[in-house]
Amino acid sequence: MRTDRWWVQPLVTVLVLVAFIVYATIRAFQNAHYFAEPYISPFYSPCLTTACEGDTFPELFTGPTWISPALYILVFPLGIRLTCYYYRKAYYRSFWLSPPACAVAEPHRRYTGETRFPLVGQNVHRYFLYAALVINVILLYDAVLAFRDETGEWGHMGLGTLVLLVNAVLLALYSLSCHSCRHIVGGRLNHFSRHPLRYRFWTAVSRLNARHMQYAWASLFSVAFADFYVFLLATGTITDLRFF
Amino acid sequence: MSYDATFRVWRGDATGGDLQTFTVEVNEGEVVLDVIHRLQASQAGDLAVRWNCKAGKCGSCSAEVNGRPRLLCMTRMSTFAETETVTITPLRAFPVIRDLVTDVSYNYVKAAQIPAFTPGPRDADGAHRMQQVDVERSQEFRKCIECWLCQDTCHVIRDHEENKAAFAGPRFLIRLAELDMHPLDVLDRREDAQDQFGLGYCNITKCCSEVCPEGIHLTDNGIIPLKERVADRRFDPLTWLGSRIGRRPRS
Repeated sequence: MRTDRWWVQPLVTVLVLVAFIVYATIRAFQNAHYFAEPYISPFYSPCLTTACEGDTFPELFTGPTWISPALYILVFPLGIRLTCYYYRKAYYRSFWLSPPACAVAEPHRRYTGETRFPLVGQNVHRYFLYAALVINVILLYDAVLAFRDETGEWGHMGLGTLVLLVNAVLLALYSLSCHSCRHIVGGRLNHFSRHPLRYRFWTAVSRLNARHMQYAWASLFSVAFADFYVFLLATGTITDLRFF
Repeated sequence: MSYDATFRVWRGDATGGDLQTFTVEVNEGEVVLDVIHRLQASQAGDLAVRWNCKAGKCGSCSAEVNGRPRLLCMTRMSTFAETETVTITPLRAFPVIRDLVTDVSYNYVKAAQIPAFTPGPRDADGAHRMQQVDVERSQEFRKCIECWLCQDTCHVIRDHEENKAAFAGPRFLIRLAELDMHPLDVLDRREDAQDQFGLGYCNITKCCSEVCPEGIHLTDNGIIPLKERVADRRFDPLTWLGSRIGRRPRS
């Protein structure tokens, strides 16, 4: 019955997410071109195995050579986005058509929502948030290390430094604006007046939370762009623009 | 400035009906309800439409305008092109009584099932006291005018009549959230929210927030916080353990 172009939004969502998934899958399995001194791709950070290029993070173990080091860590960013309250809206609408748009009939004969396995598992979102916060700290650390030059001397900044820094900040904003984060810092309380500090945290996260969708998309683009930029440097396609 | 608009209005009752086309005069500044009233006065005297305040505060004139759940009195005719056909249908999630009037008693049945506000003991002077900062979060939900647009647009019951028994709908999930967040309410409503009122059916696609004429953030401020509270109790072993050993009081 809707006469407007309600299908545009789910279509765009599908196209963008599929493009990202294809790109991220290729890069995660490529196991190459993810490090160009002093920059490391966010897809491969923290690089934990002894096979890793670069030295931005302690190499903790020797994994099978056929497993890309990216796969050990990408499960966490994947997990937070898969269980994210915003992305759930996006992919339930656009991929599962449940519903494709407001007041547009969905094609399924039965619907049980998130009441049973596997979708009841969406409730573990907060655990992926904890993991994502750790990765946020590591990516900020990578961005700080990008202020060193190729020889390890501090006082360098290139376009790559800016790319890694913007990406790390956007990913941190995405995590901090999460609905679970909002609940954990203070949302679960009924008496804010007894917890003034947590109320201030909750107020700040609530402000960020209003832009959670924007941070979700911005950080998705930034992480792909940061990886692509490092790929271009690592393959010698471009050279880094150096500011100082 | 006035012009003649083409309106398609659903006419019928519980046994069936169809869309009937009318040409109606529209004047500058009018809303859809004004045009429906003109139609009623000039061409279809027996057209049934529920309305009351004409100010977006009573929640009576809910219907679907070009397939979108709207208040007829808050939908300006200026949002449509003069050549555009405007289609008015009754709320799809509820049984039709006649024309644009539906039987919304499902909502009152669900409302009656929710345990009432249950305050703890009074202070020594006989008063209940609460801080504004504690209660203002749930005051957002008190703006609800019970127009049932959120219930109508929610696909859980709109597309699946069989879910009505198990699912209370977004309006009542925010009522549960309001009570659960209330600083004086002492009932733990999390188990009921999940088991009796079907919180798990909501897949947070946010249509309820999109259609709310009061601009209530049903999903972000009500349903998701309630889901997180249920996760505390049901799905998070650390929080559950903390509450069992007295490290996580709910205050």
